[in-house]
Amino acid sequence: MTAVTETAAPATTTLTFAKALTAALGDAMEADKSVVMFGEDVGPLGGVFRITDGLTKRFGEERCFDTPLAEAGIMGMAVGMAMNGMRPVVEMQFDAFAYPAFEQVVSHVAKMANRTKGQVRLPMVIRIPYAGGIGGVEHHCDSSESYYVHTPGLTVVAPSTVADAYTMLREAIELNDPVVFLEPKKLYWSKEQVDLEALRAKFDGGEPDDDASIGRAVIAREGTDATLIAYGPSVPTAIAAAEAAAEEGRSLQVIDIRSIVPFDDETVTNAVRKTGRAVVIAEASGFASVASEIVARVQERCFHSLAAPVLRVTGFDIPYPAPKLEHWHLPSVDRILDAVDDLQWED
Amino acid sequence: MSNDIGEKTRAEAFMLPAEHPIQLIDENGAVQSAANSSGEPYTMPDDQELLAAYEKLVAGRRVNDQAGALVRQGKLAVYPSSHGQEACQVAAAVVLSKQDWLFPTYRDTVAVMSRGVNPVEVLTLLRGTWHAGYNPYEFNVATQATPLATQLLHAVGVAHAAKLKGEDTVVLAMCGDGATSEGDFHEALNFAAVFHVPVVFFVQNNEYAISVPLKNQSVAPSLAHKAVGYGMPGERVDGNDLAALLSVLGHAVDRARAGGGPFLVEAHTYRMQAHTNADDATRYRTDEEVQKWVSRDPVSRMQTYLSARNMFDDDAVAAIAASAEDIASALRDGMNSEPEVDPEDLFRYVYSKPTPQLQEQAAMLREEISRENSGA
Ligand SMILES: Cc1ncc(C[n+]2csc(CCOP(=O)(O)OP(=O)(O)O)c2C)c(N)n1
Ligand SMILES: [Mg+2]
Repeated sequence: MTAVTETAAPATTTLTFAKALTAALGDAMEADKSVVMFGEDVGPLGGVFRITDGLTKRFGEERCFDTPLAEAGIMGMAVGMAMNGMRPVVEMQFDAFAYPAFEQVVSHVAKMANRTKGQVRLPMVIRIPYAGGIGGVEHHCDSSESYYVHTPGLTVVAPSTVADAYTMLREAIELNDPVVFLEPKKLYWSKEQVDLEALRAKFDGGEPDDDASIGRAVIAREGTDATLIAYGPSVPTAIAAAEAAAEEGRSLQVIDIRSIVPFDDETVTNAVRKTGRAVVIAEASGFASVASEIVARVQERCFHSLAAPVLRVTGFDIPYPAPKLEHWHLPSVDRILDAVDDLQWED
Repeated sequence: MSNDIGEKTRAEAFMLPAEHPIQLIDENGAVQSAANSSGEPYTMPDDQELLAAYEKLVAGRRVNDQAGALVRQGKLAVYPSSHGQEACQVAAAVVLSKQDWLFPTYRDTVAVMSRGVNPVEVLTLLRGTWHAGYNPYEFNVATQATPLATQLLHAVGVAHAAKLKGEDTVVLAMCGDGATSEGDFHEALNFAAVFHVPVVFFVQNNEYAISVPLKNQSVAPSLAHKAVGYGMPGERVDGNDLAALLSVLGHAVDRARAGGGPFLVEAHTYRMQAHTNADDATRYRTDEEVQKWVSRDPVSRMQTYLSARNMFDDDAVAAIAASAEDIASALRDGMNSEPEVDPEDLFRYVYSKPTPQLQEQAAMLREEISRENSGA
């Protein structure tokens, strides 16, 4: 058959992680009038990272607005708005500036549903530009996920791809539970070819629940010799390590956890049982961290399939270092490959 | 030195509290007149309104005392009594309309029940269960907040959402004098003023935060004066004078409903009993000090006033006491039956859909319990 088929060219566009988030916010606000966005400098300026760019102009200052400079105030007001029928999305300007809001998050955001036997649900999203790798100064580079994941009641996600940035933010806004949405700052400017219309189509009315990204890890790269497990800012580093290893003849699989809570034990367990070796990679300090938790879970579930202890490559147990020194602190391709080399390949 | 560095700043007169706390009925039951700082009088509520509120006052006093007894009998884990503060409690509830919201604290059981919630449900949290007892949406009453001042921000959020949705909702948010030192108090008042939302902040200044007297919390001229710093009106009121409370809070609610924005009311009252049953108040205050407040009692003051107005005879007084007794007796009955606890409820509401991990943990507990029940 030689007839001309009328398939339109795939509508892919090059999009940055940041623009995908902006698109997700705009689309969610368009789709649902109860979605409101607020925080510090998120109005006319569009946020210090420009994630809310254009939203005030497009939806008016009642739907995307600046608040007084007070993070507990932002968080507490969001709780009340969520109690009264809105779906607030709040931006904490930087990871370390979310700490003033911590009491609200731990004592109310996380617990309101439980305290009221599910009668008061808080459908709110806490967006946090997070982690390092951008040469930021003190208080601008914290990997604060452990504080949140240790608090039952919070859903905590950290996407690493442009497509997930869009999809997971839309899902987070649609979820009836509070979500801590960690946006790896160093990935804001990363680009990908995505079919935005296809991503949008998932949210056209139907129930996106079945193939939800929140709660599911993904295999970011296939491989057979060992599994690298990462999330957020560490995923691209893990992929780069896998690429480097491939050149040396070692096939590394990469899992992008992306949803820390709920955690997808199934995907991780099945993967590690096949490869028998694993390294967990995260920027946060390693002690009592998400990386520690993943190691423990893998060890509990995959013990008999493991050919070597599960190792971790994490940040040191130090306050986030100065810009010129951060490359020593962050998990690097070399450090990951060293860990992979240590996975007892001889016997 | 000339002041040429900028515009003059002046607190608007209407924001300042009147020189003295507003009082409409004094300790002896005699009528007083009072006006705000702009000279507008606070009017005496009519007799029927006072009588209806008085009935709630008597019921509130009875429930306070009953709850204290239930603690002593081991039926209630803890009870922070509002004995002596019942006029504040009742007024906070009755000035609101059905669509309005009340944000209470741990001490405000009587306010919550005055809004219609069954006292047995109100006291559920204080029985030591994990949940708040009542459905907040049933009477638009938030859960009783324990982390001090945090609920004030939620109140601002509810009011903000109502404003965006064009709803005719006023929110009344309660806290104690000590809680005014918390950052969330400041943030809530500032947010409410900046967003111009209909919230009435109601501070019950009972002179103590557990053991710490007010002078260690603040040296502001009064707590009501803090309002000026946020750009909203503040007023002080005799917190043991039900009539004054109804008048001042009623004015604040009306003003907020009409689009006038937030309002701060400080009621000057006294916590007649210890902070909770677990506290020993003799360690930080004298009996002499407590005795001074006996003659200012809100219940007997209102009774004197209403009697003088011929609003009730002995039969009516007895009927009011009997209906308070019924409430107390229903409370005793409710507290006598052990609450049903399904251990799996511990996992059920943490997320809309329990995570796989919570499902595993619930299954583990179920298994343990069934083993225990089968005597294995
Ligand atoms: C954030 C916070 N800090 C400390 C406490 C412990 N605490 C409970 S009640 C209380 C005193 C509060 O005093 P006040 O605000 O005057 O209210 P009152 O108990 O007198 O009604 C304290 C310190 C708490 N509940 N929350
Ligand atoms: Mg007090």
